[in-house]
Amino acid sequence: MTPDTATIAKGYRQQFTRRIVLLCILGIAMLVSFFVDMAVGPSMLDFSQVIKAVFSPDAVELSERVIVWEVRMPYAIMALLVGACLSLAGCEMQTVMNNAMASPFTLGVSAAASFGAALAMVIGLSLPGVGGDWMVVVNAFIFAFGATLLLQLLSSLRGSGPEGLVLFGIALVFLFNAFTGIMQYIATVEALQQFVFWTLGSLSKANWDNIPLLFALFLVIVPLSMGSAWQLTALRLGEESARSFGVNVRRLRFFSLLRISLLTAGAVAFAGIIGFIGLVGPHIAKLLIGEDHRFSLPASILSGALIMSLASILSKSVVTGTIVPVGIVTSLIGVPVFVALILHKRKR
Amino acid sequence: MANLHINDIQVGYPGKKVIHGLTLPPLAIGEVTVLAGPNGAGKSTLLRAIAGLLRMTGSIRFDEQELSSFSIQKRAGYVSFMPQAVPTDINLSVIEAIISALKASPLDAVSDDNLTLHHRAIAVLERIGIAHLALEPLNQLSGGQRQLASLARTVVREPKILLLDEPTSALDLRHQLKVMRLARSFAADGRIVIMVLHDLNLALRWADRVIVMDQGAVASQGHPTEAITPTVIEQVYGVRIRVENCSRGLPNLIVDREI
Repeated sequence: MTPDTATIAKGYRQQFTRRIVLLCILGIAMLVSFFVDMAVGPSMLDFSQVIKAVFSPDAVELSERVIVWEVRMPYAIMALLVGACLSLAGCEMQTVMNNAMASPFTLGVSAAASFGAALAMVIGLSLPGVGGDWMVVVNAFIFAFGATLLLQLLSSLRGSGPEGLVLFGIALVFLFNAFTGIMQYIATVEALQQFVFWTLGSLSKANWDNIPLLFALFLVIVPLSMGSAWQLTALRLGEESARSFGVNVRRLRFFSLLRISLLTAGAVAFAGIIGFIGLVGPHIAKLLIGEDHRFSLPASILSGALIMSLASILSKSVVTGTIVPVGIVTSLIGVPVFVALILHKRKR
Repeated sequence: MANLHINDIQVGYPGKKVIHGLTLPPLAIGEVTVLAGPNGAGKSTLLRAIAGLLRMTGSIRFDEQELSSFSIQKRAGYVSFMPQAVPTDINLSVIEAIISALKASPLDAVSDDNLTLHHRAIAVLERIGIAHLALEPLNQLSGGQRQLASLARTVVREPKILLLDEPTSALDLRHQLKVMRLARSFAADGRIVIMVLHDLNLALRWADRVIVMDQGAVASQGHPTEAITPTVIEQVYGVRIRVENCSRGLPNLIVDREI
């Protein structure tokens, strides 16, 4: 029986409400994980102490306040921000490159950013006029953007399908790893140690100076991404269809790649190489909520932040008294998920 | 009345020119034109050129306006293109996809009111006969259903010129007839419908005009029975055919053999 207009309209509205509810659930899960993240660490605080320290700092002892506000909270916020940035970048990347395996990490954008950072850390090379900690950030961005442009150029060449793009991405990973290898080879022992720790991906650089920077970047980019949500959804229906609906695909892609580079560079500059969040976050989001980008973009942000926060909790709980670099944890979780995705794709 | 004028156009892909200097007689509003011809004849290339998806030289004018000078967004107000291949792995419901087609760029004729948009999307689904699929995800539809959903996305913006690239290729007999009847009714609404078809019997039965293309040029064109003749088909496809009237007096194409 064919449903009438009112039934379909109602069904569509229900679909809409269900997605809002799912977004709220993801948001709540993320918040819970954030507070647990702050409770876990070498000096165990209980959950209630953490809540108290956050909401009424004067009511707890100085030592607890310092632990929560100066150590745990920057770390936990950085986890959310880095996860959110990488996952949002991954979601946009999968759409504009029409490839479910695309993410800043799998396609070499992170590796490029990492090489840029190595240039700054090891030989102090950056743009004229840029100095100090900014060198790492600026270099990471320049190389991340260069790599996305290169990927874009290649994917627009004739005959390079989605598989070709992934292979090219892998080539980029190797290329930039080799360059980074050269940097490591010529680095001093101190610079090398600093750099190796950085490449493992760690939240330990988080502090109240750099968090506002990454947060500001995130706040600027999210509305721009959301502003393109309809166009990105239309692009999922095929490039020719999207253009026929009036989408300037070339411009959409360019600005999307710019956002992806900024998000990746920001995350990489402050937390080093964090693998697979940009791949797994958007996949979980789309599985839960579909590909209407009005929902899948925020869902990617929330799921990326949630996964990263969970990884941060794990990184503190695996070995008692030690914080394993969180990038190792995300890779250990991410690799099996990545393989499962490939197998799932193949089966279909 | 506004006509579509295609004059001396050259279209191709990097390193390969497919259409050189093609001119067509004016295509009028209310008409269904079928592009026929063997694989690689340039039918889809011509459709893409009209849709503004390929670089071209020459002139495509509608209602005294040069379409090729329009921005992508402005052109989308006049022309809509239904591609041959539809992506299969999209996790969007049929109606979400249609609404995203409406929302992808501003549309003058539609108010921004969401309720109006939703009703418009549902009306198109009802007209095409897939209202029961409205809330189904595209990646769970059959090939034919996906093609009908793609048709719905193409017509929902109510373009003046509707370009359909093999819209019946994945459809069963009943749905083929349904799409042809819809194409006629879209034309009757005051549109120009241009479609690529491989089934010459459908073309004979439903088109107002057939353009047979070969190697990027027009081999014959006109009323279906004038354009599809044994001589033309033999020259273009390399097969021997007959066109005979059935007991109801409708023309029917019968393929005898390859040459």
